[in-house]
Amino acid sequence: MALTTENIETESGLKTEEMILNMGPQHPSTHGVLRLELKLEGEIITKVIPHIGYLHRCFEKHAEAMTYPQVIPYTDRMDYLASMYNEFGYTIGVEKLLGIEIPERVEYIRVIMGEFQRIASHLVALGTYGADIGAVTPFLFCFRDREKILSLFEMTCGARLLYNYIWVGGVSHDLHPDFIRLAKEFVVYFKPKIKELNDLLTNNRIFIERTANVGILPLDTAINYGITGPMLRASGLKWDLRKDDTYSVYNKFDFDIPVGEGTVGTVGDSWDRYYVRVLEMEQSLRILEQALDQIPEGDVSSAIPKRVKPPVGQVYSRVEGPRGELGYFIISDGSVNPFRVKVRGPSFVNLAIMDELCKGHMVADIIAILGSIDIVLGEVDR
Amino acid sequence: MKTSEEIYKSLKEKFGDSIIELNSAQPVEAFIIVNPQSIDEVCLFLKDNEEFKFDSLMCLSGVDDANGEKKTNEDGSTAIIGATLSVFYHLESIELKHKVTLKVSVNKDNPEVKSVTGVWSHADWHEREAYDLLGIKFLNHPDLRRILMPYDWEAGYPLRKDYENPEFYQGMKVPY
Repeated sequence: MALTTENIETESGLKTEEMILNMGPQHPSTHGVLRLELKLEGEIITKVIPHIGYLHRCFEKHAEAMTYPQVIPYTDRMDYLASMYNEFGYTIGVEKLLGIEIPERVEYIRVIMGEFQRIASHLVALGTYGADIGAVTPFLFCFRDREKILSLFEMTCGARLLYNYIWVGGVSHDLHPDFIRLAKEFVVYFKPKIKELNDLLTNNRIFIERTANVGILPLDTAINYGITGPMLRASGLKWDLRKDDTYSVYNKFDFDIPVGEGTVGTVGDSWDRYYVRVLEMEQSLRILEQALDQIPEGDVSSAIPKRVKPPVGQVYSRVEGPRGELGYFIISDGSVNPFRVKVRGPSFVNLAIMDELCKGHMVADIIAILGSIDIVLGEVDR
Repeated sequence: MKTSEEIYKSLKEKFGDSIIELNSAQPVEAFIIVNPQSIDEVCLFLKDNEEFKFDSLMCLSGVDDANGEKKTNEDGSTAIIGATLSVFYHLESIELKHKVTLKVSVNKDNPEVKSVTGVWSHADWHEREAYDLLGIKFLNHPDLRRILMPYDWEAGYPLRKDYENPEFYQGMKVPY
């Protein structure tokens, strides 16, 4: 439960002073190299200053020296838990600049890969969140299921983490002949596993005690800070770019947008952020079921341009990645290299709200709040 | 739903000369060019006005325009005159579902833009990033420090087109 600094009085008249504590850059709960400078009043946090940049590679500078297709492997390495989606967003941007139409089969393949990636990414988020707070078993269960998705990816393009699969105008390989059958089997296999996760972690009393009413994010603050994705939806806004600014073939599928309802605490608390991700996995399965049934036959490489050379212009294109709005601002000067690629990474934006969420909480709550934000440092630092 | 033309007309009426022009000649995206010294007022108006309600800043990006003319001085050294840096603002209204892009351009020798952190807190880190990588100074920003590069990086701003790596950083060799 949140305390405020006003509650603390020095009864005995002992001298107190503010303490500064560095959490990180090497700390198991930060999921990478992130340093949080905490200002403490006893054990109550008065300010959090995140120091980032430990993984900075200046992706944007690299991109300027590459041709458009060469940038795709670099985008893989930003949010390395959702590489498919990074490629997806980037190629949509370049295709808008080029003004080309994509075969329907390719769009379906992209959606299938994107939704599998969303489930895989959420599994890591939920599993590690449990592990951060002390529940190790759900972590192993989540990774067991994620492995099966990675095997499907491996079967499709040969890689398990960094795919370089979605190309401008198409995808690198067509689906393996067994893919549809195995993917459908996975959907059937995975449905009961969500219930297992709910029994094991979601409704676990210790887990609820640690996360309910911790780090409450009001909706207006969330919008002002540009928060998107599951975090925004947990604060109660039905906002999903797959529906609200639709792209690819998402308008052909029937699915719901889960929002936080404050089931065990207040709307927008850490538990809501966790639970929205669980519900999103169910919706992704719904999309997958429909897409796997409807996928048309066709050629996947017919629209791949021999030379990617967009006309002078600019585009800001965005997709709903597993962590929120993933935007690419691409400027073309008419040559084969992008003039400027700016990435609006959801992790980068969502991390900026740490100070707002942590104020007045205890040090131990930082772990619960940071885990519920679900950042990937590769994308924060780019 | 408002189009860029309608927004441009309303802004022109309200702010006059501070709104420079509407560029819709290039493919995909039109943008409105605004005076860098009044961008904060324009943004506040766009956010609070009932007709627009741009409550969300999607993205804020700094760009080195790589323009300007090369001029050779008498002593043989060259200088670039008239180069600019730009900042793009992509705004969106969640309620009314419309979008607009604003652009400001500033001289590279004295790149000063009014900060919009007071309008959207989201701008805070994006402005720090633009400062860090391109050296654009945001006036009235509460905490303008480097964010991605080391705090003691003294070799300039990496995303500028004329940037060159230093040979050493803190005694360590930089090119590897």
